[in-house]
Amino acid sequence: MVNATMTPLGIQLDNVSHGYDIGGRFTPVLENVNLNIAPGEFIALLGPSGCGKSTLLRLVAGLEAPHAGRILADGAPITGPGPDRIVMFQDPTLYPWRSVRANVALSQDISGRVDNAAVDATIAMVGLQGFERAWPHQLSGGMAQRAALARALVNNPRLLILDEPLGKLDSLTRLTMQTELLRLWQDRGFTVIMVTHDVEEALLLATRVITFSSRPASVVSDINIDLPYHRHRDDPHLLALRRDILVQLGHSADW
Amino acid sequence: MTQTTSFPIHDIDTVPEAAISPRKAWPSGLLPWLAGPAWFVAAFVTWFWPDADDFPATDSLAIVFAIMGIILVPAALLRRFSAKAPWMIALALGFAAWEGVQAKLLLLPRPFFGTPQDLLDVFMTDWHKLGDSLLHSLGLLAVGYITGSLLGIAIGVGLGRSARFRYWVQPVIRLVGPLPPVALLPLAFVIIPSSWAASEALMALASAFPVIVLTWSGISAVDPAYYDVARTMGARDRFLVFRVALPAAAPQIFVGLFMGLGMSFAMLVVAEMLGVKSGLGFYMQWAQGWAAYPNMYAALVVMSLMCTGLITILFRIRDRILGWQKDGLKW
Repeated sequence: MVNATMTPLGIQLDNVSHGYDIGGRFTPVLENVNLNIAPGEFIALLGPSGCGKSTLLRLVAGLEAPHAGRILADGAPITGPGPDRIVMFQDPTLYPWRSVRANVALSQDISGRVDNAAVDATIAMVGLQGFERAWPHQLSGGMAQRAALARALVNNPRLLILDEPLGKLDSLTRLTMQTELLRLWQDRGFTVIMVTHDVEEALLLATRVITFSSRPASVVSDINIDLPYHRHRDDPHLLALRRDILVQLGHSADW
Repeated sequence: MTQTTSFPIHDIDTVPEAAISPRKAWPSGLLPWLAGPAWFVAAFVTWFWPDADDFPATDSLAIVFAIMGIILVPAALLRRFSAKAPWMIALALGFAAWEGVQAKLLLLPRPFFGTPQDLLDVFMTDWHKLGDSLLHSLGLLAVGYITGSLLGIAIGVGLGRSARFRYWVQPVIRLVGPLPPVALLPLAFVIIPSSWAASEALMALASAFPVIVLTWSGISAVDPAYYDVARTMGARDRFLVFRVALPAAAPQIFVGLFMGLGMSFAMLVVAEMLGVKSGLGFYMQWAQGWAAYPNMYAALVVMSLMCTGLITILFRIRDRILGWQKDGLKW
């Protein structure tokens, strides 16, 4: 809408390993992760809780540098955070001292390039018109997450990094937000990397689902979801995939 | 913010304090009509009951009381000040009682206990010197408090954000901070050549300590995700400090500023009583030296109004900056 020339970002991970010092001992979190994400793909990352998926997102965002290996964005190494790769967290993390509008305009405040029309259009796009002057504590969980989505999208990022963005929403709000996320991705064409714990959500939204082992995480499977949108939850093909993935994640008996 | 009222969501309305208190407001019936007459009673007592001694300004005091009554009668008619009416009645009766006990019956030992007309007389005859003292106190306070607060916020931010700064500065703060600044007064008057500069330095020190600790605590408590959000958008340190850390810590910083203001009041009075030859503290000291107790009371009244006024200003600033907060604390 503002920047029609936006091209989605391609991401390449070459033998990426990472870890943390926990209590003086080095704990590996990612081990030899290789991934090639084409521009415009919608990638869902699935894996056991605490396996290191969020760490992977932090590395791609540039918030941390990997201990070993390389991460390339369109062929160039990532050296730090950048406004073309925006992260959306599980919590909306809106700044409570900023109105909804000022929160959405955050990236413009940082870059100094003010575009009021883009802010208004993005707020309208996520359905928050009329709430521009509200404080974050006055919003419901779903509205706050919409505001966070608008904040992420206002400057037309080339890559949207989603860390369980719908994880804390109630199930009905979640369904609405899934549909909207899909619509935005189809309209705008950015690349998406999303961590989720919901296999069904991954299968409904993603073009590719990647599963990870438990920590230290490495890629277990990489499944192309070759189904047209809009997908249906009771599609037998999708149900079969869901079963396969749950088995891979070690939940063969739980579903 | 008219639109907030239409929100279909929870916890929008912060409950005003008045709504929580058991008696929501005083009955708007009879009391406002009694406020004016209560002051006429005080005026009547003052004017017609002969003084026990030759006090100054008795007539003026009766006139002041009467004027209060004349103001409050039409106020009741126009339904203004209804909420303050009980206080107005209590004040009028309090003054009338004071007047009776001391000016008319002399039940309390003089000169320590003055009469209302003594106090009024001081304000009428010595207002120039009182005003001058007030200005001197305000000037002394402003320089020391503002310096101390800015320094306190800067040091607090440093402690909250830089490990190296913390390594060097924290031990100094731990050693010097808890020391009552008054204890340094004799030393400061020796080391620093002018008593004005010495007082300013100590006042800055006194107000800085709570500001440092609370700014530090506020900055340390900032959700790291707030920084991540700004950093992924390319924010640099300057933005992270001034537009993320400080606003996020602002509620705590204001508690520090409030406590620091109290500390600087204490330091102000001590400095003016012991070194600086002007200001309300000096005036009180001088009044006590001459056993001019009404003057001391007058200075106390002025000082109390000054302190509460300054705290009111601080809270107004807070309400403005922290309007986003849910809490409804009102000074």
